[in-house]
Amino acid sequence: MSILDFTVVVGVVSFVAGLLGSLTGLGGGVVLVPLLTILFHVDIRYAIGASLVSVIATSSGAAAAYVKEGFSNIRIGMFLEIATTFGALCGAFLATRIPTSALTLIFGFVLLYSAYLSRKPRLAAQRSLPPDPLATRLRMNGHFPDAGGMRQYNVQHVPTGFSLMFGAGALSGLLGIGSGAVKVLAMDQAMRIPFKVSTTTSNFMIGVTAAASAGVYLSRGYVDPGLAMPVMLGVLAGSLLGTRILVKAETKSLRLVFSVVILVLGLQMLYKGFLGKI
Amino acid sequence: MPSLKLPQPATSPIPPQPWGDRRLEVTLGNLLRTGVLLSAAVVLVGACVYLRRHAHEAADYRVFQGEPSEFRTIPGVIRSVIHGRGRGLIQLGLLFLIATPIARVAFSIAGFAIERDWMYVGFTVIVLLVLLYSLLGSGIG
Repeated sequence: MSILDFTVVVGVVSFVAGLLGSLTGLGGGVVLVPLLTILFHVDIRYAIGASLVSVIATSSGAAAAYVKEGFSNIRIGMFLEIATTFGALCGAFLATRIPTSALTLIFGFVLLYSAYLSRKPRLAAQRSLPPDPLATRLRMNGHFPDAGGMRQYNVQHVPTGFSLMFGAGALSGLLGIGSGAVKVLAMDQAMRIPFKVSTTTSNFMIGVTAAASAGVYLSRGYVDPGLAMPVMLGVLAGSLLGTRILVKAETKSLRLVFSVVILVLGLQMLYKGFLGKI
Repeated sequence: MPSLKLPQPATSPIPPQPWGDRRLEVTLGNLLRTGVLLSAAVVLVGACVYLRRHAHEAADYRVFQGEPSEFRTIPGVIRSVIHGRGRGLIQLGLLFLIATPIARVAFSIAGFAIERDWMYVGFTVIVLLVLLYSLLGSGIG
């Protein structure tokens, strides 16, 4: 394939991944690496480098739109970023040391987990939980706009959330993804932060987390300009369009389709990883 | 059963989210978007130069070779931009992109300092140090 054809095709695929990722809220980064390695036979290290860069672009590009809605909580985000950035740094160093077949296997498991999580019914809305002393000291409790005016929420289980966030950061650094799935697990399930607050705050955190491992990837030569260019531009354009039409679109069936895609890609990655054919 | 008596959570003595937060977040959100659009523009210009010169060569990413040092370090990238190389420009745009969230963290320090929230100034400084260590300690400086 010539460089021109390759750039155009990868750009279009990345655009679709970014669009679907933002429409379904499942993130485009998680399908990019398997698509690049399975469809285009790109070495997984180049794919991870390009995906990581695109993750920074989508997170930062969408931040302005999310902030306007008034859901994100900058203190929760900043505190948990201590855990995610440390994790990302560890993950990135680990990525340069473990064999690519192991990376592929881990990627497969993360995809299966994301597919499972996307089918799982959302946790019921948080009902007035008592304030947690640690979360209160850390000034994490906040308000968010709801149908009946401003609603208050009290954050729970800070240490559990913090440890899970370290894991999310490590996966992000290891695989070049936003690891939104683990972040939702930490914020939604463990810390009992309302869904809208946790998704928007997590989006805010993804860019910073990815920036922590980007330096390591760049210096190790994982970021190829010829590959990262169409991926970054495509995903960015797709996700920006996605946030624009999000309000009007019917996403339920789209979510189902996308989670099946994630499931199939996950199985493919496991198969490839087990055979060591990567 | 304390929950029976507590239909609404008790308000904490410190207001959990001061009013300044909203303004800070909006400013930071706009900063991020500007950074991303700027870096996308640089990448796009680099893409045009790169594609004009190399469009008909074969694309091959099957075997990992690692990038040459001109695309792996900041001085190397700047040198290749000066030589008018398209891929150098793309890498420069990507460096801007990586710098964008780091700038956001740096600005947050100022924001928390204005609110006199020294605890969060401390947390944010830790995050910034990890980011700078990753960027400079990994040898791309």
